[in-house]
Amino acid sequence: MSEPFAIEAKNLNFYYASNTQVLKKINLPVHKNAVTALIGPSGCGKTTLLRCFNRMHDLYPSNRYEGEIWFQGKNILDNYTDIINLRSRIGMVFQKPTPFPMSIFDNIAYGLKLKGIRKKTETSELVEKALRSAHLWTEVKDKLKASAYDLSGGQQQRLVIARALAVNPEILLFDEPTSALDPISTAKIEELLEMLKKDVTIIIVTHNMQQAARISDWTGFLMIGDLIEFDKTETIFTAPANKLTEDYITGRFG
Amino acid sequence: MTREQKRKIQGFIALSLSTISAFVGLFWLVFILGDVLFHGVKALSLSLFINDPAAAGTPGGGLRNAFIGQLMITFGAALIGVPIGVLGGTFLAEYARGTVIARIIGVLSDIMVSVPSIVIGTFVYAILVRPLGHFSGWSGSVALAIILIPVVLRTTEDMLSLVPWELREAAFALGASYYKVIIHVVYRGAATGILTGILLSISRVAGETAPLLFTSFNNSFFSMDMSHPISSLTVTIFQYAMGPYENWHAQAWAASLVVTGFILVLTILGRLLIKWRYK
Repeated sequence: MSEPFAIEAKNLNFYYASNTQVLKKINLPVHKNAVTALIGPSGCGKTTLLRCFNRMHDLYPSNRYEGEIWFQGKNILDNYTDIINLRSRIGMVFQKPTPFPMSIFDNIAYGLKLKGIRKKTETSELVEKALRSAHLWTEVKDKLKASAYDLSGGQQQRLVIARALAVNPEILLFDEPTSALDPISTAKIEELLEMLKKDVTIIIVTHNMQQAARISDWTGFLMIGDLIEFDKTETIFTAPANKLTEDYITGRFG
Repeated sequence: MTREQKRKIQGFIALSLSTISAFVGLFWLVFILGDVLFHGVKALSLSLFINDPAAAGTPGGGLRNAFIGQLMITFGAALIGVPIGVLGGTFLAEYARGTVIARIIGVLSDIMVSVPSIVIGTFVYAILVRPLGHFSGWSGSVALAIILIPVVLRTTEDMLSLVPWELREAAFALGASYYKVIIHVVYRGAATGILTGILLSISRVAGETAPLLFTSFNNSFFSMDMSHPISSLTVTIFQYAMGPYENWHAQAWAASLVVTGFILVLTILGRLLIKWRYK
């Protein structure tokens, strides 16, 4: 039987080292091959929630999870989870573009190398495929050996998306991927996300409500660590069930 | 006197004093370099590099033994000190980032940098030369390595800390383990900075005399055996300059010029790397 959801948080609590609770009993089902947006005012815990899905919080000592996150029939908060394997299947793209200090080609090939793919022909095929999927191929195909830092901010962000795509993940997490970009680059990334959901499930944290409305299929609204409302994006933006959601999306606070 | 006049006079005095101080400082630097160049060039010849010393008091001969010995001792010091310094700096900046132990080691190595080098020489004499019963090239390398390690360690730590944390997170998010993140991403980002630190630290130890007096000592004959006394330029300069013979003095000048030139080249190379990095 196939799983109903790509990934699902059940009764998820999260505490930072100072023992402050940042997430409270979150229940969030993430639908397959769809874009799920997480919105809410600053400090509501949306980024914290996103970083639970690839256990990024494990990098810092004494952060603590409670509850469950189900991914392919397994609770990934389990102590036995192979985090390195998990992260190669659930990719992440950050707010600021994070190209590595290497060539454009090597940036994409890096994830492949980590996965144990070393054959030259296979690598270059996969690099080209990833760059095409990220709509970057035509812009960089003549300068693959150039440093990734020579690219513009928008191109760098698409390069990073290509790098995440190259290892063929099931889920991609986006943490405000366009907040450091100009409107044209933003439009390109949004268009890209629409295309990508055929192959991957996307969860995106965004500060920009119009962006959530434009590109997402499902939306979760968080406030001070609570998931106030989760529904189809259309419903959230036209007929929210909760008064707080309505106040937030109509711009009464936030 | 109006306040304005008073202020102008004060300004003039401050400007004059600082200008004079700058020139006094610069004068001695130029004087020393000029003197070394003037006397050194006179004694500089091909035979200096290809011949070993002649018997004391007889003319001719060269310093081939000292040139080769200096290179071997310095290279040995880098061989011992650079890996320890780089790995130690990696520990401080990555694995122990922000911990008490990292701060303690950091402060200790800052103190180590300012320990007089003769103290390090006598220390190595006590732990290596005495127990082994004789001077050796390797003990000289160890003494220089002890001076070199804290410098490399601190620059490596600083350079690694400059690599943005987000870059590490991005590599982790691809499924890399920490040592792979460090080797593939962080080192690459900090490479020129670390290399600069290594070059500058080598140039720092290449001019040391005191630590070698008690360790590698000196050798009037050509030797490449690091487990026995070996000649070095700095100790030879010391010995020849104190010696009674005219041609010793001339050769000491020439050796001074070569050491100064070597260190100058390393330092300039380091500076160029920094410039290239921040271009």
